Amino acid sequence: MTTTFADSATQTQMQHRALGLSDEHALEMYWNMLLARRLDERMWILHRQHQVAFHISGIGHEAAQVGAAFALKKGHDWAHPYYRDMALVLTLGVTPRELMLALFGKQGEISSGARQMPAHFSHRALNIVTGSSPVATQIPQAAGIAFAIKYKRTDQVVLTCFGEGSTAEGDFHEGLNWASIHKLPVVFLCENNQYAISVPTTKQMAVPNVADRALAYGIPGIIADGNDVLDTYRVVRDAVERARRGEGATLVEAKTYRPVPHSSDDDDRTYRSREEVEEWKRKDPILRMRQYLESVKLLNEAKAQEYDARAKQVVDDAEQFARNAPLPRPEFALENVWGELSKA
Amino acid sequence: MPVLTNIEAVTRTLQEEMRRDPNIFITGEDVGVRGGVFRATKGLIEEFGDARVVDSPLAELSIVAVGIGAALYGLRPVSEIQFADFIAPAFNQIVNEAARIRYRSNGAWTCPLVMRTPYGGGVSGGLYHSQSIEATYAHIPGLYVVAPSTPRDTVGMLRYALRVDDPVLFLEHKKAYRLIKGDVPDEYYTIPFGKADVKRAGTDLTVIAYGLMMHYALDAAERVARDGISVEVIDPRTLNPLDKETILASVKKTSKALIVYEDNLTLGVGAEIAAIIASDAFEWLDAPVMRVAAPDIPAVPFSQPMQDFFMPNADKIEAAIRKLAAY
Ligand SMILES: Cc1ncc(C[n+]2csc(CCOP(=O)(O)OP(=O)(O)O)c2C)c(N)n1
Repeated sequence: MTTTFADSATQTQMQHRALGLSDEHALEMYWNMLLARRLDERMWILHRQHQVAFHISGIGHEAAQVGAAFALKKGHDWAHPYYRDMALVLTLGVTPRELMLALFGKQGEISSGARQMPAHFSHRALNIVTGSSPVATQIPQAAGIAFAIKYKRTDQVVLTCFGEGSTAEGDFHEGLNWASIHKLPVVFLCENNQYAISVPTTKQMAVPNVADRALAYGIPGIIADGNDVLDTYRVVRDAVERARRGEGATLVEAKTYRPVPHSSDDDDRTYRSREEVEEWKRKDPILRMRQYLESVKLLNEAKAQEYDARAKQVVDDAEQFARNAPLPRPEFALENVWGELSKA
Repeated sequence: MPVLTNIEAVTRTLQEEMRRDPNIFITGEDVGVRGGVFRATKGLIEEFGDARVVDSPLAELSIVAVGIGAALYGLRPVSEIQFADFIAPAFNQIVNEAARIRYRSNGAWTCPLVMRTPYGGGVSGGLYHSQSIEATYAHIPGLYVVAPSTPRDTVGMLRYALRVDDPVLFLEHKKAYRLIKGDVPDEYYTIPFGKADVKRAGTDLTVIAYGLMMHYALDAAERVARDGISVEVIDPRTLNPLDKETILASVKKTSKALIVYEDNLTLGVGAEIAAIIASDAFEWLDAPVMRVAAPDIPAVPFSQPMQDFFMPNADKIEAAIRKLAAY
């Protein structure tokens, strides 16, 4: 495996610059992936220590998410993410403290006022749209956001994310149908991690790739290497540019893997072999980016350790912050059901 | 004071509000050149173009979901569901999404979406063109469910619907579309949600009814008035949230209550109104709370005798009023 990485790294010398990314950008990508990973790992630990009730992880998805986030103009474009998108929202500007507040269900929690389970991301100021738990509902809604963008003639783009299992829902079909009929500025990003809880891709669809489905809507369907942040960036950026040019929607499939259980309530040993999981762990997206950065001399052992230390610091701070935050008042449950009605 | 039918009230209000607010657009099946199968959007595409009067694909889930997305962005979508009977594919988007967006984001996001749909029976529409769906949706906090009965109320409440920042299920009784005519004031007004209306003042008993049934209740009240029975008719207009005060004030005055609705009897909106009266006006009651509603069968049968059997009408209401008055 390592030789393969070394070879591909040589071939793609300065791949990031060819994509128009500065050295700082490339390092920032790595930092975002690393920070998301460390936060995620801490969240698992906190769950195993019975400190928090639930965690759903994005481990393994960092390249797909950070690559996609880098293709957007932060705070200008729109994102309608799904529950695994911690690295995505982190890259778009949600802070580690905010993510930890959600995990602990504390007062002042930014996305839902601690009403929703963690990982239901939302940030009004960053144009990150509130999400629910029923999968795929965000897909036709993103088409609606894109419809509004086109209606208002701005140059914004909306990105929405989902798993491959979610593409079996009617919402997926209806969303892509609208987007293609109206040539809407939306990028549909499927993070294909090959399992919907325990059900493999072959039981979700009879075509080999999610991207194949785009053909039926008359839009491009492009496959990205979801474990390669630069490749995902390239594909999503092209799709975003296409959308901005008014050429319509794209379906991007980032092929990746979830090396951890579906959620803190899942045991993945019941449905897949350890060998399979181990094989994918060797393709870890963070390891891969690190090797790339080392090959182009942007990272060395000392600097990598510095990054690790900094990430630990940020995670510790976020955890402490959330621990010290107060719990919401019980009656807070009654607020924000309806808006004010005029008395007229 | 122009005299309009209920459907003219809808069309005129949409037109006038679209002139006022460029953020309003309409989508739904056949809403464009056809002007809707009931012609509620007639003429709008000619004035506003196909960017604002948008024929949707035949797909209710996305008619609502696209409306939600556009509303989140800041537009004021009007999503038309061609018949209320076909709204079920959008149930998840209405209930889990639109209705909960404010709550689940702690007020950071709102969803100002108006969903208009023709409902109700008495038009030989059979099982799937006659349904009353209001109870299913009136159960959901965060979703306004309104059912105006007159042109005046339709105008005022539709104007209001296009101003509130929460999703609205706007129910239009299809039999009442052309059957009902009425004055609409010239001056600009809105009718806020959650306010019932006393459609007829009376002293002996209160009838609470909405939609087509409100008109049947007025007929029945006229008939019994000749025999000296004075009936007050209350139209809740908004089914969620209900105006408890107006209903209770009337029942406390008359001491008798009859609730009429054409939905199935069990767990209909009338069941909630009966519970409110029972718990908050018990000491004022001189008779049991009564209900006239449709039988608990799946929906309105097509054949005329069975449809007549299903639908409450002025005769059935009159009989119930006489029974209650004599109690
Ligand atoms: C409509 C709906 N049905 C079932 C569930 C329960 N559920 C949560 S996640 C999930 C699997 C989703 O798989 P996929 O879309 O591939 O995304 P992944 O979790 O693999 O990233 C299921 C079945 C749900 N949340 N929503």
